[in-house]
Amino acid sequence: MNHKLVISYPHMGDYSIIFTQLFRHVLPEAQLLPPPLITQHTIELGSRHSPDFVCSPFKYNLGNYIEALEHGANVLFQTGMGCRYGYYGELQEQILRDLGHDFQFICLSRERAKPTAICDSLRLLGCTQSPPKLLYALFLACESCRILDRFDRFMRENVGFEVLVGSFESVRGELLRQLAVADSLQDLRAARNTCQQASAALKLNKPEHPLRVGIVGELYTLMEPFSNFFVEKQLAKDGISVSRLMGIWFLLFGQHRTRDLRDCGGYLHYLVGANGVHSISHSLNYAKQEYDGIIHMKSFGCIPELNATPALQALSRDYNIPILDLSFDTQTSETGVQTRLEAFADMIRLKKEYNDAAVS
Amino acid sequence: MPQSASLGVDIGSVSTKGVVVDQQGRILASEYLWTEGDPISATKKVISSLHRQLSHEVQVRSVGTTGSARRLIGTMLEADVVKNEITAHARGTLLRHPDIRTIIEIGGQDSKIILISEGVVTDYAMNTLCAAGTGAFLSSQAKRLGIPVEELGDMALTSKNPSKIAARCTVFAESDMIHKAQIGHAKEDLVAGLCHAVVSNYLNNVGKGKHIEGPVAFQGGVSKNKGVSQAFQSELGQELFVDEDSHLMGALGAALLSRSAQRAKSFDWEIADLAFQTRAHTCGGCGNHCEIVSFYRDGSLLDYWGNRCEMGQVSKGSQIIS
Repeated sequence: MNHKLVISYPHMGDYSIIFTQLFRHVLPEAQLLPPPLITQHTIELGSRHSPDFVCSPFKYNLGNYIEALEHGANVLFQTGMGCRYGYYGELQEQILRDLGHDFQFICLSRERAKPTAICDSLRLLGCTQSPPKLLYALFLACESCRILDRFDRFMRENVGFEVLVGSFESVRGELLRQLAVADSLQDLRAARNTCQQASAALKLNKPEHPLRVGIVGELYTLMEPFSNFFVEKQLAKDGISVSRLMGIWFLLFGQHRTRDLRDCGGYLHYLVGANGVHSISHSLNYAKQEYDGIIHMKSFGCIPELNATPALQALSRDYNIPILDLSFDTQTSETGVQTRLEAFADMIRLKKEYNDAAVS
Repeated sequence: MPQSASLGVDIGSVSTKGVVVDQQGRILASEYLWTEGDPISATKKVISSLHRQLSHEVQVRSVGTTGSARRLIGTMLEADVVKNEITAHARGTLLRHPDIRTIIEIGGQDSKIILISEGVVTDYAMNTLCAAGTGAFLSSQAKRLGIPVEELGDMALTSKNPSKIAARCTVFAESDMIHKAQIGHAKEDLVAGLCHAVVSNYLNNVGKGKHIEGPVAFQGGVSKNKGVSQAFQSELGQELFVDEDSHLMGALGAALLSRSAQRAKSFDWEIADLAFQTRAHTCGGCGNHCEIVSFYRDGSLLDYWGNRCEMGQVSKGSQIIS
């Protein structure tokens, strides 16, 4: 390579800062260029050049790539999973080449996701770090995911009750800044401790038994708030405590083939692709914990989640817990989603008031 | 003696409904007319009609809005409650039929199912894919066949052999209807087939996976269509309650939900004479290109919406530049 590497990767929530940290350690000479933040323009660009019926995460990724290339990126990263996502890379690379862009495309999907294959890809990019250093960088990135996901889980449950609006968000902003520049385990621990203490000290106005909603579904739609019209923020505004287990940490270390199926309690007998099984096992868990409702979100046409839907309907009936199904696409109307969410919040609130009155 | 009352307005995509109810929820005045793409004028017409129907004794102490233009009209009428259609419909229906278990509602642009247990909404769903099972589809087909939409239902009842119409999607349903007409199916059979198609589309889309338990109420504009109502009864194998005010349930619910407000000053009917105006502009602050709508009364800003962040703020008190 005779020119400087400019590396970019698609956005998903705020995880791009962890990629920035990782690549800074793995390829210190390269310039890192996360794409501009997702806006309406991103998704318009992505949809214009995508097949119409592909799932919306594909379109968001493609929009991110195009914007990154326009800003000067020349190396793009992609991964893959056990559904159509496993084949995103090939198609996206071809589309971008047909558009006339010049770049290197590193797709860590299927057999290329094996550690040795990843190492080979990095060496090709000119990575000269020793194996222990690479392992340490990877360890730091995983640890960062764990810290961020833990913080987010705590925040989702409590942000709806903060006395000073925006206080959680500002602590989280600080955490992201510190994670991005962290170079050692000590840095990560310091970041975690200060932000945990700061968030624990925030004043909350939380009732003893708040409304609780669990969120399950397809990973990208759950983790990229722009793609779900900020559903979690909307719920928090309505004073609802939100739980969602899905996150990068969960994807990396929380999955377990046989246990996951067993945790579906007979509602599912076979794996249905990607994370369909987790939508059911997590929902069952929420139902048993007597959550007030579950929101099942997916990108339009997501096969694994469609497979999971009948089981979720049966579960909803058996446990008498409402499950709101939301599908997102570039054609989805934001007003429609808001009406459904508002109605959902009203419904679970009135139901809880009724049940509480019946008990007392 | 002055009588205290509540006003409810349901501004839908196709029709605008308004009711004034007394403290017991009895309807004192009601109006139903077409929105015709202009919710502000439609509301003004509804308001003046309601005013004409009422005696001077009646004082409106609370206002509620629902329907797809609930926010715009809520701002216009300074509503105490702005509620989504599902909560409003459930509230209105439960006043009339406290023992109802399922509400089937088919409106102009959307359709919904609301499941109720012991007077509390326990589950609901709205159509997600397209408008094939809604009133807009029925009225466009009625127009194409040259039949007034109000007569569609009676005509369907005369059919002995309803045609089978493929109704997964409006465009294909229309092709199928044209095809059937061209090979000689009678008009009343086509119309009856259309009513059945709306029902099967509803049950396969909105009602999918939901247990429809009786008693069932059928409402929304389409509930006035006897053909659809009968098709539902034969599909579900049970009686459907179609209230005489089934088209007003959303407005009734909005009025009831607002009742607790009880403002000191009664609602000013003169609002129908004020000039309301909306102005839309696209914010150029970032790539989101938010479409911001500003809403003015007599030239001064009431409210604005559509912006995702502070960049799109419109300064309060700004005057309209004409």
